[in-house]
Amino acid sequence: MSSLIMIIVTCALINNVVLNQFLGICSFVGVSNNLKASASLGGAVIFVLTIASAVASILYTFILKPFNLDYMKTIVFILVIAALVQIVEMFLKKTSPGLYRALGIYLPLITTNCAVLGVALTNVQDEYNFIQSVFAGFGTAVGYTIAIVMLAGIRARINESDIPAPFRGAPVVLLSAALMSIAFMGFGGLS
Amino acid sequence: MNKYTERIYNGIVKENPTFVLMLGMCPTLAVSTAAINGIGMGISTTAVLILSNVVISALRKVIPDEVRLPAYIVIVATLVTITELVIEAYLPALYSALGIYIPLIVVNCIILGRAEAYANKNTVPLAAFDGIGMGIGFTVALTVIGFIRELLGAGTAFGVQILPASVEPIGIFIKAPGAFLVLAIIVAVLNAFGVKNRSRELVSGCDGCCATCSKMTADCGKEGSK
Repeated sequence: MSSLIMIIVTCALINNVVLNQFLGICSFVGVSNNLKASASLGGAVIFVLTIASAVASILYTFILKPFNLDYMKTIVFILVIAALVQIVEMFLKKTSPGLYRALGIYLPLITTNCAVLGVALTNVQDEYNFIQSVFAGFGTAVGYTIAIVMLAGIRARINESDIPAPFRGAPVVLLSAALMSIAFMGFGGLS
Repeated sequence: MNKYTERIYNGIVKENPTFVLMLGMCPTLAVSTAAINGIGMGISTTAVLILSNVVISALRKVIPDEVRLPAYIVIVATLVTITELVIEAYLPALYSALGIYIPLIVVNCIILGRAEAYANKNTVPLAAFDGIGMGIGFTVALTVIGFIRELLGAGTAFGVQILPASVEPIGIFIKAPGAFLVLAIIVAVLNAFGVKNRSRELVSGCDGCCATCSKMTADCGKEGSK
C-alpha cells in the first residue's frame, strides 16, 4: 500500500507531468487563462487518465505482450485513447448530464493531450502492473490539475498587473511556469 | 521566389512552428537539454512531418471528410513507429536520450496541424516542401534552445567544452525550469524586435496552436460534419 501512495506522490509532485516532464504543456498554457475552465479540465483529465491507464495496461498485458506486438503500442494506445474519450463523452451525456455539462467541452481536448499517451507509455516502460498503472495515471492527473489550477490563479493576477510589453502573452506565462517548476524541484527531496 | 522556396521560407521564418506559432511545445521544452538532442529530435520530427504531409496529401481525395482525423492519426502513428524503430536500430544513443518523446511525436500538434491546415488542401510536391520548411524551422528552433541551455547549463556546445573550467555553469538551465526560462526570454526578445507572435490570433482559427489543436480537431470535426 505504501508503495502505491509513493507512486501517487511521485507522479503528482516529484515528477510533475507538466512542470518536470513537459507533457500537456499545450493545454497548460492554452486553457489556464480561466480558473474555472482549468479546474474543469483538470477534473476531465483525472477522469480520462485514470481510465486510459487502466485500459492501456489491460491491452498491453493481455494482447500486445503475449502476441509480441510491442512495437504496435504507440498506434494502439493513441487509437484506444481517442475512442475512449468518445465513449466517455457519450456515456456521460446519457448517464450524468450534470457532470457532462461540467466536463463536456474539455473531453475532446484531452485526446491530443500528450500527457495521456505519455502516461500510458511510461507505465509500460516502468513495467507497472494493472493496479500500479491506475495509481500512476491518477497521480499524474492530480499533478496536472494542481499545476494548471495554480497557473490559472497566477495568471489571474498577471492580467491585473502592468508588465513590460515584450513579455505580454506567452513569455510571462512561461516565466511563471519556470518559477513554479523551480518550486516543484523542492519536492525532489521527498523521493 | 517560386512557391516551393516560399514554402521553405514560410516554415523557417514567417510561420516558424516554435517561435511564431508556438506549436509542439512538449518536445521543444523536454529534449532541448543539449544542442545535439535538439537536432536529433528536430530531424526525427522533420522526417515524420514530410512523410505524413506527402501521404495525407496523396490520399486527400480518398479519405472521407468525416473520418479524416482518425485516419490522419493512424497514418502519423504508423510513420512515428517506423521512425522510432529506425532510430532504435541505428542511433541507440539518440534513442535513449530522447526516450519517450519519440513515440510522443504522434501528438505533436505541428504534424496534425499541418495536415489539417495545408497538406489536405494542396498537391503532393507542395505539401512535401511545406513539411521540409516546417521541419527545418522546428529543428532550427530546437537547436537554438538546446545550444543556449547547454552552453549556460553545462558550459559545452555540441558536447565540446566552450566555457573555461573556472566558470561555474548554471545547472538550472539544463534542468526543467531552464527550458521554460530560455523559451520565455527568446519569445520576449523576438516580441521586442517586432516578430509578431501569432499564437494568440490563431486561437480562434481552425489551424490554431497546440492549445487549440485538439479543440480545433473537435470544432473542425463538427464543422466538417455539418
